Amino acid sequence: MRRPVGWTIVAAVVVALVPLHAFALTIGVLSRADDDRLDPRRVELGYLGQPGGPPGQAVEVAVKESQFELEAANLKVTIDTATARDANDARSQMQRLEKAGAVAIVVDLPADWIARAAPVTKIPLLNVGEPDDVLRAAQCLPNLLHTYPSERMRADALAQTLAARRWSKVLVLHGTTPDDTNRLATVQASIRRFGLKPVAARPFKLSADPRERDLANPLLLTANVDYDVVWVVDTDGEFARQLPYRISLPRPVVGDGGLFALAWAPNFERFGAPQLARRFLRGVGRVMTGHDWAAWIATKAVLQAALDKATTPAAQLKAFVQPGFTLDGFKGVRLSFRTWDRQLRQPLLLSDGQGVVALAPAEGILHPTNVLDTLGADAPEGLCKTR
Amino acid sequence: MIQRWFAAATLATFGLAASMPAVHARDTGMAYVSSEKDNALAVIDLKTLSIAGTIPTCKRPRHMQFMPDGATLMVACGDSNRADLIDVAARKVIGNVPLGDDPEAFDLSPDGKFAYVSNEDEGALNVVDLASKKVVKSIPVGKEPEGVRTAPDGSRVYVTSEVANMVHVIDPAAGKVVKNIQVGKRPRRFALTADGSELWVSNELGASISIISTRDLTVTQTINFEIKGMRPDDITPVGLALARDGKTMFVALGRASHVAFIDVASRKTSNLVLVGKRAWNVALNRDGSRLFVANGLSDDVTVIDVAQGKAIKTVPVGRVPYMVVVDD
Repeated sequence: MRRPVGWTIVAAVVVALVPLHAFALTIGVLSRADDDRLDPRRVELGYLGQPGGPPGQAVEVAVKESQFELEAANLKVTIDTATARDANDARSQMQRLEKAGAVAIVVDLPADWIARAAPVTKIPLLNVGEPDDVLRAAQCLPNLLHTYPSERMRADALAQTLAARRWSKVLVLHGTTPDDTNRLATVQASIRRFGLKPVAARPFKLSADPRERDLANPLLLTANVDYDVVWVVDTDGEFARQLPYRISLPRPVVGDGGLFALAWAPNFERFGAPQLARRFLRGVGRVMTGHDWAAWIATKAVLQAALDKATTPAAQLKAFVQPGFTLDGFKGVRLSFRTWDRQLRQPLLLSDGQGVVALAPAEGILHPTNVLDTLGADAPEGLCKTR
Repeated sequence: MIQRWFAAATLATFGLAASMPAVHARDTGMAYVSSEKDNALAVIDLKTLSIAGTIPTCKRPRHMQFMPDGATLMVACGDSNRADLIDVAARKVIGNVPLGDDPEAFDLSPDGKFAYVSNEDEGALNVVDLASKKVVKSIPVGKEPEGVRTAPDGSRVYVTSEVANMVHVIDPAAGKVVKNIQVGKRPRRFALTADGSELWVSNELGASISIISTRDLTVTQTINFEIKGMRPDDITPVGLALARDGKTMFVALGRASHVAFIDVASRKTSNLVLVGKRAWNVALNRDGSRLFVANGLSDDVTVIDVAQGKAIKTVPVGRVPYMVVVDD
């Protein structure tokens, strides 16, 4: 069969044009304006498990390190950064980014802002900073993914570590803010899940008032009871960071002081981690935190899906939960999104800030399909109803 | 020709091997093990399979290879940005060569004049002139390049990028990438089949081997490890070595703490040998009867009797062993 001449010429022109016009890929980044967590005075205290800078920095590192593949695939990436003052503002920023052609948005906002703003858009939103489990359960959405580990994942990681050490008697000290109360419930559930024994739960108060010393003095708070370990729940962190070595028994402190379960630690030495940590340090000028890791891997997910030809928001969303979609997070195993709540399954690092002393899932912990799913909400619980 | 030589070597007894036309002129009867945290090589006596000494070297030694004289071992040190040249008979460092930032692995040109070095931090393949001891070219590749392999005729250099999940095919004379081949996740190491037609690439996080046709420079097949009693997520293949008869590929399975024997023709795993933790690089002795496995997380080397398909000894070495070079 002979082809019409004109058709052949058109085809030749199209082939010639494709390499000339790089495909433009826009990634949105949405974080909070005037972020209290990033107050310079707070950041310089270097609380473990808290952010060290805006998420856009890690997004840039991820794009930069992928430059070779992006150029080979003719993809030109633009990062569109926005900030929001409140939930309503977050909603309009999401709409603006969607209109601007963002293929996905890296989101670092409080849980209630996400819950209120996210339904406005259908494009993928990658939560890189909010651990609240409610976003993975009652308030989950089909286009809401999470690369930052949930509160429960972190509590499970610590509980597994204690179970593996057979440090089973746990004294819990907790703050009394609404966040602390929420997180206390998560911690207590993890303690039960892994067969530890809660010996007592005591509220603390930051105070130097002698009349309140029963609530404020670490020695008094940890006296008159026997325990293997003190688990402190202190979202702010000021009380918890002063707790180790100041309790009445010579026992370790875990949770928000002492030993933490983290998404990332800059001094992690295995699985090629130092390379990533060094790239970040060189590119940004500060050490990489768990929040940075979450923003970095979220961007890697978007780029990887785009390199697999998923260059529309709908195609991206579909790509993320395909069975073969796995990510390399420099944690030694393949990472992927759970289909039931779109949380990135991942090992967590147990660290006191000086070094990484263990990884979770702990050795010996078993699971019928993927041991990473022993951290956080598992499929049979059916906590997220939207698929 | 080479194959005939190997066939002869397998027939030769251990003692006779030393008088064979030698690839390694000195034949020290030792194996050398680099350990990332030791700044020294462990020396294993091949007769007794026990430690015969250590050779202090540069910081974080990883990839090692003999120079064409068969007597000088070149050891790339990631934290010293150089390679030490070690006279293995004297067990002494006799010189060094700068390799650029954070060198991991390298291969030599067939004439031994150049070293092609993967520089993890730079994301480059550096070409080092060994005579002038200068980096003469730096070819940008994907981030974290690792395994390097020179084609037998020297016309190409293959290098993996762990971040880009690619094998870059480089023309070393022109100093540029001629092709990027997409492979599995976190590609690490290479092995060529006996006739040179296939380049095998281990994908650490892909739990697979990509087989590249060296003629077409495309992936013709992917071997996924499906091993009873192991989950794919726990299998992280790294080190590769081809049996002397060319029929079996040995693959260190990393976290799975086993070495797989893969039948090259059928691509099937014919045997699995339990070794130490995080089996990393593998190396054969000259007649191919013994396989040495560096176990990164148990600080030891497992010696496998290839014919029996069994581990016969575990030798404690330095901290975080990376690679073994056998000089029998």
